[in-house]
Amino acid sequence: MNKNTNATIKELQTGLAQGTFSSAEITSDYLTKINLLNPDINAFISITREKALEQAKAADQLIADGKASALTGIPLAHKDIFCTDGTTTTCGSRMLENFKAPYNANVIQNFENQHAVMLGKTNMDEFAMGSSNENSFYGPVKNPWALDSVPGGSSGGSAAAVAAGLAPAATGTDTGGSIRQPAAFCGITGLKPTYGRVSRYGMIAYASSLDQGGPMAHTAEDCAILLQTMAGFDKRDSTSMDKEIPDYSASLNNDLSGLKIGLPKEYFAEGLNSDVARNIDEAISQYQKLGAEIKDISLPNSKIAIPTYYVVAMAECSSNLSRFDGVRFGHRCDDPKDLEDLYKRSRGEGFGEEVKRRIMIGAYTLSAGYYDAFYLKAQKLRRLISQDFSQAFEEVDIIAGPTTPEVAWKTGEKSADPVSMYLQDIYTISVNLAGLPGMSVPAGFADGKPVGLQLIGNYFDESRLLNAAHQFQQHTDWHQMSPEEK
Amino acid sequence: MSLKTEDVKNIAHLARLAIDDDAVTDYASDLSNILDLVEQMNQVDTDNVQPMAHPMDAQQRLRDDDASEPDQRDKFQSIAPDVENGLYRVPKVIE
Repeated sequence: MNKNTNATIKELQTGLAQGTFSSAEITSDYLTKINLLNPDINAFISITREKALEQAKAADQLIADGKASALTGIPLAHKDIFCTDGTTTTCGSRMLENFKAPYNANVIQNFENQHAVMLGKTNMDEFAMGSSNENSFYGPVKNPWALDSVPGGSSGGSAAAVAAGLAPAATGTDTGGSIRQPAAFCGITGLKPTYGRVSRYGMIAYASSLDQGGPMAHTAEDCAILLQTMAGFDKRDSTSMDKEIPDYSASLNNDLSGLKIGLPKEYFAEGLNSDVARNIDEAISQYQKLGAEIKDISLPNSKIAIPTYYVVAMAECSSNLSRFDGVRFGHRCDDPKDLEDLYKRSRGEGFGEEVKRRIMIGAYTLSAGYYDAFYLKAQKLRRLISQDFSQAFEEVDIIAGPTTPEVAWKTGEKSADPVSMYLQDIYTISVNLAGLPGMSVPAGFADGKPVGLQLIGNYFDESRLLNAAHQFQQHTDWHQMSPEEK
Repeated sequence: MSLKTEDVKNIAHLARLAIDDDAVTDYASDLSNILDLVEQMNQVDTDNVQPMAHPMDAQQRLRDDDASEPDQRDKFQSIAPDVENGLYRVPKVIE
């Protein structure tokens, strides 16, 4: 196997700049590897081979002409939730099986402006609803570390693609942990930025007040490079924040001495697998060696984060997914007898089971007379959860803990009971409710499967998270491990 | 909290979702389990707590009411299931 396909973006940038290889060569290496391994892993829904080779050739010309930008010629995979002009964007659903978006998502356009190369679109839980990638119309994704296990979700295709060396990095989205949890399960590095940091324009909406796009890569250094291109104000996203974008790579090597790291006792309580806990303890010790001060903190409202999250997310999803009506785009049923029949059957046929469950719960909680008891109550709890973090950040710089209570479970193990799967999101969803940035960093193995360390930062403090993660990766090699060498 | 099959049928109607008759019982049980989970919200008193709609309590931006998007009718309609003369076609609504 060609060694290039396990390279980091940083290494690819150097190789391209020095002429060690061309973009066409590395793009073709990745495409070859995708052809070879994707049938087993199912990380991609579509492979945009011709477009990729065309973009690579154009990138090589720019490099030769001295007109390259940071990501020119770098191959990337994009979660199939980001609209890509002219190629299919399915969102993991039958509803959008033949949907060719008429425009690019802001994130996609930002990468195109830099002449990055798109290898294809990655598999995902339908409409980003799921924690295991089993809810995809295009079949489940396999975890490259253990093919009988899930890769996590909903950005499981992106995580599996990077872990298996089918792409050096990928985009993902995170509504309740959908970047961090699959990053943890697949042994890669993932960052969910602050809500509003990355434009949601052209990113198919699940729960608008929680959704946020971000990078998934081998290293924190690569996440910094990608975030630099993804972040920024966009007037077409009504919740985009107009804030200065720091140079994320510039602070990666800052010294960690005196960094105050808080450990929330609720994240180390009952339910945490003891092997996962051991790895996280070792990671914390590593931070102490690097000069960080460890403090015990409390996030007392963590216990109600899961119900709060699911009320907010399901209400917003039922509202967002009302646009799929079989009229303007997407699936339409055959021979509708009237308009209501057209709506109902188009949606009934186009959506999978989990999406229907969430739409129905959302429709129920928003129906007349129930708003205060559900959505309003959840918004109040959201305030309390958020205040827990604000108080914690008065004492500490970042918060650390496990990304997930367990390592990747076996495919099918939790799919019969939706609630048992929801409970797995316990450590990630509060971060979305509060709108904070969070990362998952490879921190060891339990039962032969990767363990993720979660780092949570204050609003717009991605630089500090990336710095802390990068320093950890300078002293550990978990992020360099590859399932091929296992 | 326990939803009956009639409740499920009503919710499915509100959400404009056709669901199979033989799946209604399973939905009733799954949705009831989810609502049981949701009920845990009541463990915490939220009197006098302001609801939070945006993590940083940002306000929606307003913009001038200017047309800014170019006309892309053909492109947008090329992905529609059924169009005629630049219009979207649906079954007859008014007899």
